[in-house]
Amino acid sequence: MQEILDELERRRAAARMGGGARRIEVQHARGKLTARERLDLLLDEGSFEEFDMFVAHRCIDFGMEKDRPAGDGVVTGWGTINGRQVYVFSQDFTVFGGSLSETHAQKICKIMDMAMQNGAPVIGINDSGGARIQEGVASLAGYAEVFQRNIMASGVVPQISLVMGPCAGGAVYSPAITDFIFMVKDTSYMFVTGPDVVKTVTNEEVSAEELGGAGTHTKKSGVADGAFENDIEALLEIRRLFDFLPLSNRSRVPQRPFFDDPERIEPALNTLVPDNPNQPYDMKELILKVADEGDFFEIQAEFARNIVIGFIRLEGRTVGVVANQPMVLAGVLDIDSSRKAARFVRFCDAFDIPVLTFVDVPGFLPGTAQEYGGVIRHGAKLLFAYGEATVPKVTVITRKAYGGAYDVMASKHLRGDFNYAWPTAEIAVMGAKGAVEILYRKELGDADRIAARTAEYEKRFANPFVAAEKGFIDEVIMPGSTRKRVCRAFASLRGKQLQNPWKKHDNIPL
Amino acid sequence: MFDKILIANRGEIACRVIKTARRMGIATVAVCSDADRNALHVKMADEVIPIGPPPAAQSYIAMDRILAAVRESGAGAVHPGYGFLSENPAFPEALAEMGVAFIGPPKDAIGAMGDKITSKKLAAAAGVSTVPGCMGVIADADEAVKIAREIGYPVMIKASAGGGGKGMRIAWNDDEVREGFRSSKNEAEASFGDDRIFIEKFITQPRHIEIQVLADSHGNCIYLGERECSIQRRNQKVIEEAPSPFLDETTRKAMGEQAVALARAVNYESAGTVEFIVDGERNFYFLEMNTRLQVEHPVTELITGIDLVEQMIRVAAGEKLAFSQSDVKLSGWAIESRLYAEDPYRNFLPSIGRLTRYRPPAPRAAGPMLESGNWPDEAAPGATGVRNDTGVYEGGEISMYYDPMIAKLCTWGADRAAARLAMADALDEFELEGIGHNLPFLSAVMMHPRFAGGNITTAFIDEEYPEGFRGVDLPGDQLRRVAAAAAAMYRVTEIRRTRISGRMDNHERRVGSEWVVRIGDREWPVTISADPAGSDVCFEDDECLRVESDWLPGQSLARLSVGGGALTLKVDKLPGGFRLRLRGADMRVQVLTPRQAKLACLMPEKQPPDTSRLLLCPMPGLMVGLAVEVGDTVEEGQALCTIEAMKMENILRAERRAVVARINAAPGQSLAVDDVIMEFEQDV
Repeated sequence: MQEILDELERRRAAARMGGGARRIEVQHARGKLTARERLDLLLDEGSFEEFDMFVAHRCIDFGMEKDRPAGDGVVTGWGTINGRQVYVFSQDFTVFGGSLSETHAQKICKIMDMAMQNGAPVIGINDSGGARIQEGVASLAGYAEVFQRNIMASGVVPQISLVMGPCAGGAVYSPAITDFIFMVKDTSYMFVTGPDVVKTVTNEEVSAEELGGAGTHTKKSGVADGAFENDIEALLEIRRLFDFLPLSNRSRVPQRPFFDDPERIEPALNTLVPDNPNQPYDMKELILKVADEGDFFEIQAEFARNIVIGFIRLEGRTVGVVANQPMVLAGVLDIDSSRKAARFVRFCDAFDIPVLTFVDVPGFLPGTAQEYGGVIRHGAKLLFAYGEATVPKVTVITRKAYGGAYDVMASKHLRGDFNYAWPTAEIAVMGAKGAVEILYRKELGDADRIAARTAEYEKRFANPFVAAEKGFIDEVIMPGSTRKRVCRAFASLRGKQLQNPWKKHDNIPL
Repeated sequence: MFDKILIANRGEIACRVIKTARRMGIATVAVCSDADRNALHVKMADEVIPIGPPPAAQSYIAMDRILAAVRESGAGAVHPGYGFLSENPAFPEALAEMGVAFIGPPKDAIGAMGDKITSKKLAAAAGVSTVPGCMGVIADADEAVKIAREIGYPVMIKASAGGGGKGMRIAWNDDEVREGFRSSKNEAEASFGDDRIFIEKFITQPRHIEIQVLADSHGNCIYLGERECSIQRRNQKVIEEAPSPFLDETTRKAMGEQAVALARAVNYESAGTVEFIVDGERNFYFLEMNTRLQVEHPVTELITGIDLVEQMIRVAAGEKLAFSQSDVKLSGWAIESRLYAEDPYRNFLPSIGRLTRYRPPAPRAAGPMLESGNWPDEAAPGATGVRNDTGVYEGGEISMYYDPMIAKLCTWGADRAAARLAMADALDEFELEGIGHNLPFLSAVMMHPRFAGGNITTAFIDEEYPEGFRGVDLPGDQLRRVAAAAAAMYRVTEIRRTRISGRMDNHERRVGSEWVVRIGDREWPVTISADPAGSDVCFEDDECLRVESDWLPGQSLARLSVGGGALTLKVDKLPGGFRLRLRGADMRVQVLTPRQAKLACLMPEKQPPDTSRLLLCPMPGLMVGLAVEVGDTVEEGQALCTIEAMKMENILRAERRAVVARINAAPGQSLAVDDVIMEFEQDV
């Protein structure tokens, strides 16, 4: 009997060694942890339950039948993060470079099916050289099976991808479908075609880091939602993000004990908006002063910085924040910022996370680059996302809300539940100068009259009261009381029920 | 007594005067420039009169505007504060013509003391000791030696036209005088085309010590002890204290009596300050007299119990001093730290902007000010006092137009050590964010052994921080206490995380008791055993530190008791730990499980990213301003140019110290994202 038990232990020990001591050493030398070490840090200590530890590939070409390591290059299973369930897979670069075989894919599919059935998120750790070339189309089929599950799981359970090594070719499309992609600086990259192919096809010389490193995807492409210094920081921060997310579309947002007074008044916010309307200010100060304990998990901090998105808690419950950032491009809406915010609003809506919107937007960015790039269609995404969202929506206009951008930013007309404005708000079709130039074109030659007209326009429209008279603004609030008002607003919306008409699905302008 | 006074000043000193006036039942009128419409002194005053645009020359120094405001207000007297018009003799004269009292000295006294040469002559005539020297032209080396012997060694040989150290020599004996005379003369001729040379006493180990005097219009004049202001940076006082740790009773009395003699010689009234330079042998020499209330006056108030602003107002109203020299008792010790909006890590570069957080320590009355009832703060138990004089508030702005002082933090203690440690504690509790500030530097000085020993001179900062300020490394035992505190605090935050909703029942996460704390390259494995009142944090060598605190996760200030001693930490969260600040140290502290710590050792040390030598345009826009030229050396944080985008002005700043090598854009030029605006030389 003891021998039989020992055999299990022996097999387990072998499986845990993955590609063996030497390859583990190489992995470490690259500044990377192994697949299992990563799960150790991601999950609560001792909570990991592994599936399919002994699965091996079935390939018999190229001599592969002689090398059939247990686990086949991916560690799968479930565990807990602060006691809440999560399904995980972690590709093992020490086994065939983490390449994806038919069985490797099947392991991933198994835990994804379970995640959807049992209503718990999936976190995937990607560290893979790509398809298992020896398996040919079977490997490609495996990818597609994973993609299909990513698609089905989208909006059912949160899916997070953590790219902690290479992720190239078709493999990128699994993370691409998930809700969030995070990378590790210097040790991870993602691209559809690598530098060598790029050189052959387009003659461009580019390094892997430049083509698809963390810097590229967090700043230029917006593919990644964030990047971390190293594996440890990445895993600790994913745990932090996980605490903000509901387990599935069947569960409510998590609540945590909080030590911050919901009625906290912040007098400093009364001076946040500068006297000079052309002077920028940092919208993040407002977010931090409204949030419980100043805790803000920002998403895509480095991309399209003219809009800020991320998660905070109010009274211990998760709220998604969308805020124009006057510090960057005056907080204007453009293609990138619209896409960034639209996807975030849809994530929140899918998982019943209330949305808080802070508005200071001078309009949409003019110019040929924007029009040629399709700002009409991309801007419409944010409009669409806000309009279809049925979660509680609270909006605070701090300063400018001009033109179509006013409508877009969770306005009353897009079923905003609470639409607040600070006394400094200016809600109008456009700024005074532009408006006067159109309204009084005949008087343009007369500088004094134009100045008088401008002053008249400002007096009439550079305030929140015209909108408040029409009920488009529910209440003009003191900036310092924003946290209190917003907390109470969301508290009153906890029972909100709103349904969109039945449809197979909508046709958001992709 | 006056019914109403106008304060012709701004900032903390305006607030300071308003406080006392209010206590005396006098109505107050503030004046403000356009930049100060929302300033604290404006909010505090009973009335406000705007006086013009932000630049001081068009507002606070524009005498006609101030006088118009005085006329409009109907105030019976004007307090000038310090700076601005306070030492302009034309101001009291103009007020006198209007029949308005000036809360300060007579115009003639201001005039006499305002001129360096006149004031020195007057001082010498009044029997005040001045720096021995020969102002006349010296013919040759022999005469130089003769003069040097009369003065006494060491001496300083200086070029009359000199400046910037050129043509300056220090000589300790006859030979050095001969040599120094020749070389100074040659250098002066070469540098300034003027070879006139003079000699004066060289002051070794110089200290800046000043005497506070107070005189009324009835011929009474007394001194209120001294203040030592030796901690200076580029002639700007940073830390002051009263009394001086250096003076004995005899010297104090001699200095005080000379100061009074000088004040009498110019028929002084009101509060004034006679500044001396004191050498290592307690020889003191007159420097100048400041005919106004000094910035650092609170330390004198704290050890005498006398409200100087009140006395100034009473004297101006013609009252007699209610006390005499023998009534003046110095009690305890007071220290003042000047909080400046300047970044000590960036060579004290001025910093302007918004105070996103401003939470000074709570005021606490103690010592003579409390006993005399001259400070209206609530009495608190405990032997030390805290006073913060300020003109700002959270959410307020530090403007580019005026002095970058944020506040004057003062503490009082029964002795110097008590006052010093109270200051260190008060600085730890002072929360200030949004702009660069010198809190860490002030903390560092408070804990500096040489400052603690009182062995200071005006060269203290240059000598102790020759490379600038690079932060503080805490001593090992203190670091260990911080580690214990961090471990206990982190455990609390982790336990809170396990209380999240949606947990798997019966399979909750259990937070362990073993942790590893890392600060820099030091590491402490600890074991925590917690009870409802606190936790015992035990180290590998079996030392256990008891940590107790009411701190809760998310709070930015933690007051703890660690191993029986108090510890106040400024807390910001970081992945896997905290950023903790205390006593001038700024630390990234990681608290890891043993497993995390083991794996963390595998993580590569990353070099800080090589910030490019290029300034790239971060946004499409129009360059509207260029602040530097090719060849300029720019400091980290210095403004380089202004880009207007969407009608917003964005200031681009230097990421580090560098020399501008090329400028590729000019004002008026449109720029696209990532256009190269500027190129820098290799690091300097």
